[in-house]
Amino acid sequence: MKTCKDISELLSESMDRHLIWRERLTLWVHLSMCRRCSGFQKNLHFLHKAAGRHRSN
Amino acid sequence: MDKNQLNNHRTILLRYALLQLHDEAVAEDAVQETLLVALQTGDSFRSESAIRTWLIGILKHKIADHYRASERHYSLGEQISEDGGDPNAALEQLIFDGKGRWIGSPSAWSNPDHVLEQDEFWGVFDWCQKNLSQQHARAFMLREMVGLETEEICLDMNISHSACRVYLYRARLGLRECLEQRWFNAKREK
Repeated sequence: MKTCKDISELLSESMDRHLIWRERLTLWVHLSMCRRCSGFQKNLHFLHKAAGRHRSN
Repeated sequence: MDKNQLNNHRTILLRYALLQLHDEAVAEDAVQETLLVALQTGDSFRSESAIRTWLIGILKHKIADHYRASERHYSLGEQISEDGGDPNAALEQLIFDGKGRWIGSPSAWSNPDHVLEQDEFWGVFDWCQKNLSQQHARAFMLREMVGLETEEICLDMNISHSACRVYLYRARLGLRECLEQRWFNAKREK
């Protein structure tokens, strides 16, 4: 059973590479039950967007 | 090696140069010189990623030349080598309990797009980024601002793939935590 910490690491990796189907499934199952990790995922997308915007400022 | 091919790499090279040189005109010059060398050498490479690694290699020399010429010994690379400790090592212990559960509760931030329009936010963003360990901040900037792939970051920073993954993870964890405390929660309390 993956912990939230494991999932948060996998979410970070998903920003840098394509996950294999098994990892995607793991994420999907966990995120469907865990509000905190879902929130963390949204925060990561925000960081990505903000950093992208930052470079053009 | 044709001009179009090189131009595709130009944007990334320019962001990379800006990260180290902090001066647009100087960065432009360094990239221009890099592309000239590349055009003159005209080696054929197998993949696009190999070309970019090669170009960044040339660019690094140009950046080093610049610092040598101006006799300024300041560069991001040197800053990093002075950075012995790892202030973020204990970060995970503040964020997760012994069983790997969140101590706080991350949630989607409200009005994130609106936030990006506020100058005040960028002040906090920079502050948070400076507060990361320099290695972590550099990995994050190379990935999210310059747009390098993780393999390129490993080469650039001379670190293993797993170290690179950890740096990026801790940078994101630290930045997220800092922005939540310094911006999003602070705004909610007002």
